[in-house]
Amino acid sequence: MFGLEKKDMRMLMIVAILTLCAPFILNPFPTDSALAQFNAGYPDLMQRFVIFGIFAIGFNILFGLTGYLSFGHAAFLGVGSYSAVWMFKLLSMNVVPAIMLSVVIAGIFALLIGYVSLRRSGIYFSILTLAFAQMSFNLAYSVLTPITNGETGLQLTLEDPRVLGVSATADGSIPVTNLFGLEMRSTFEMAVGPWAFQFNAGYYLCALILLASFYLSIRIFRSPFGMMLRAVKSNQQRMNYTGLNSRPYTLAAFVISGMYAGLAGGLMASMDPLAGAERMQWTASGEVVLMTILGGAGTLIGPVLGAGFIKYFENIFSKINDNVLHSWFSFMPDGMEDFVVFVIHPFIGKGWHLTLGILFMLVVIFLPGGLVEGGQRIAGWFKGRKSSEKSASGKTNPAE
Amino acid sequence: MDAILLQIFNGLDKGSAYALIALGLTLIFGTLGVVNFAHGALFMIGAFCAVTLQRILNLSYEVIDETQKDFLGNPLKVKTPYVESWFGPEMGGAIIDWAVPLAILFAIPIMIAIGFIMERGLIKHFYKRAHADQILVTFGLAIVLQEVIKYFYGANPIQTPSPEALSGVANVGAVFGMDIVYPVWRIVYFCFSVLIIGAIFSFLQFTTFGMVVRAGMADRETVGLLGINIDRRFTIMFGIAAAVAGLAGVMYTPINSPNYHMGMDFLVLSFVVVVVGGMGSLPGAVLAGFMLGILESFASMNEIKSIIPGIDQIIIYVVAIIILLTRPRGLMGRKGVMEE
Repeated sequence: MFGLEKKDMRMLMIVAILTLCAPFILNPFPTDSALAQFNAGYPDLMQRFVIFGIFAIGFNILFGLTGYLSFGHAAFLGVGSYSAVWMFKLLSMNVVPAIMLSVVIAGIFALLIGYVSLRRSGIYFSILTLAFAQMSFNLAYSVLTPITNGETGLQLTLEDPRVLGVSATADGSIPVTNLFGLEMRSTFEMAVGPWAFQFNAGYYLCALILLASFYLSIRIFRSPFGMMLRAVKSNQQRMNYTGLNSRPYTLAAFVISGMYAGLAGGLMASMDPLAGAERMQWTASGEVVLMTILGGAGTLIGPVLGAGFIKYFENIFSKINDNVLHSWFSFMPDGMEDFVVFVIHPFIGKGWHLTLGILFMLVVIFLPGGLVEGGQRIAGWFKGRKSSEKSASGKTNPAE
Repeated sequence: MDAILLQIFNGLDKGSAYALIALGLTLIFGTLGVVNFAHGALFMIGAFCAVTLQRILNLSYEVIDETQKDFLGNPLKVKTPYVESWFGPEMGGAIIDWAVPLAILFAIPIMIAIGFIMERGLIKHFYKRAHADQILVTFGLAIVLQEVIKYFYGANPIQTPSPEALSGVANVGAVFGMDIVYPVWRIVYFCFSVLIIGAIFSFLQFTTFGMVVRAGMADRETVGLLGINIDRRFTIMFGIAAAVAGLAGVMYTPINSPNYHMGMDFLVLSFVVVVVGGMGSLPGAVLAGFMLGILESFASMNEIKSIIPGIDQIIIYVVAIIILLTRPRGLMGRKGVMEE
């Protein structure tokens, strides 16, 4: 179906079920239970899951396939956000033109930056993309203030000259983003006994786009084009010796992944119409690298898993505080309890980044294939010795 | 003329910091072939060594002084640092005042130890892996170090003043018969960095150890075959590079109050500096560091900003992009080294 192999189809179905049922899956605890704070099924967070999923899928098309490590991908996300917000300000509050514009603009940016950066490979490429991203970030903060609104960030105001639509609604507030009249923030709540599930229009739009981009990335991975990119990763020199110019292919991959980032940026602005320069900072670029590596670079499902994993635990870990820990470990003797809480304390709440950094180092050191490889290894142990030999031989072509 | 000289001076202190960090980065890259994204974090840790020493020196005890009364008429609590009670108020006060320069002595062993632990514990396992993996693991390490510092010292910048005697301004222009007023500490910083750079270069150039290291940089395998334990020497060089970054951080604290992400801010620029100077070229790193520092300060002149708005924000990156595209081995890079 859809021109996919059975295995890929199964993967697409898994992602589809996960994203479409996310409001149920992420809300396993009843609202009045003590664990309710670990529910992640509210619209804002779910939107972030899928948007960063799209971002990471796009990054993976570049890094996972060609091995070119870009440290400046957040610039495209930022550019996408800005252009989407401008579209809201000038044209209409419909998200379709905004998202389209953000993809196009990000694509143009990626074409320019990629054309220059791809003249070099290896760490030079990383540093060039980093330099371009930092340049855009600095410019957005300083000289381009008329376009980007500097430190405050670009926001909608009541005076926006909206060509198709009104500057302000009848009751004097800023109109909300919509898809042909369907408001992005409209949420349908379903109460089943003690559980409350929220179905948000914006989330489902993002989820459908995620599925489309995931499908597209499967097709790219399986196409001759994807094969060519993988050849670039394994031995670019040999490819050049065969008389093939690999640069058009890498440039195409760069532009595609830049457009994915722009799409993510446009969606982000569609869900919450503001854009700030901090989205372009290099730590933001680092974040998508973390997601991709953590999930498993070069695998199809890895980036989605990584994005979900990081965003979920970011949310959960920052919510845990000492009181929660004390209630968890209250079964221990007093001194012991305090000691355990004291030990865990640096890693939770604001210390989430510490946990993330440690986790990331552990993954790079011990599990270069990311969570996907981890899952395969565990599956290998369960299947017993014979199949574990098989999976060991399979390690040379990491999971796709 | 005055304005030009002033800009050159203004560029020197930032340029010195770039040069010192880039020198360490290049040392590590040239010896071990590792791209160390955690080098900025080492700079930051150095700065926090100064903060720590300052806090240690300011540890004090309270005594209730019956002779003095506060405005409510209660006896006043007088805080006396232990250092003052041990060395007498004058000597002790001077020690506290000179905390930042003293922190150099304090930082060297700490930084070398951190460098050793880093190299033996982590970097060692990444020699054979792709540059991308090295970048990633050291990037993770940088996040960890940064967060650890943030946990202990908080997120706000911490004031660390320079010694009273060196905190004023001096008229450096007098030498040239001109009127250029410039903070003394920045001159000290520049001299200090020249001293360190000179020490590193003469260490590599004039000692047997340095000779072996240079030979190892040129051809590691042959040096190993001659029965020299080159790995151990490279580890020591890693420690030295860490110490250089740390010292750059220690002395930078009075110029800019340290906070936990100062390392990241400097790291990106230092990498650009290394690339402009040429991967693996020590003189290149120093030259490019000073050059870019001065260029940056020229670009921030109002006259230039009015012609090209925003140039001060991007000048370094623009230079780097031009250099990378036209002369990929950098200003002083050797031919064929990392030129792909």
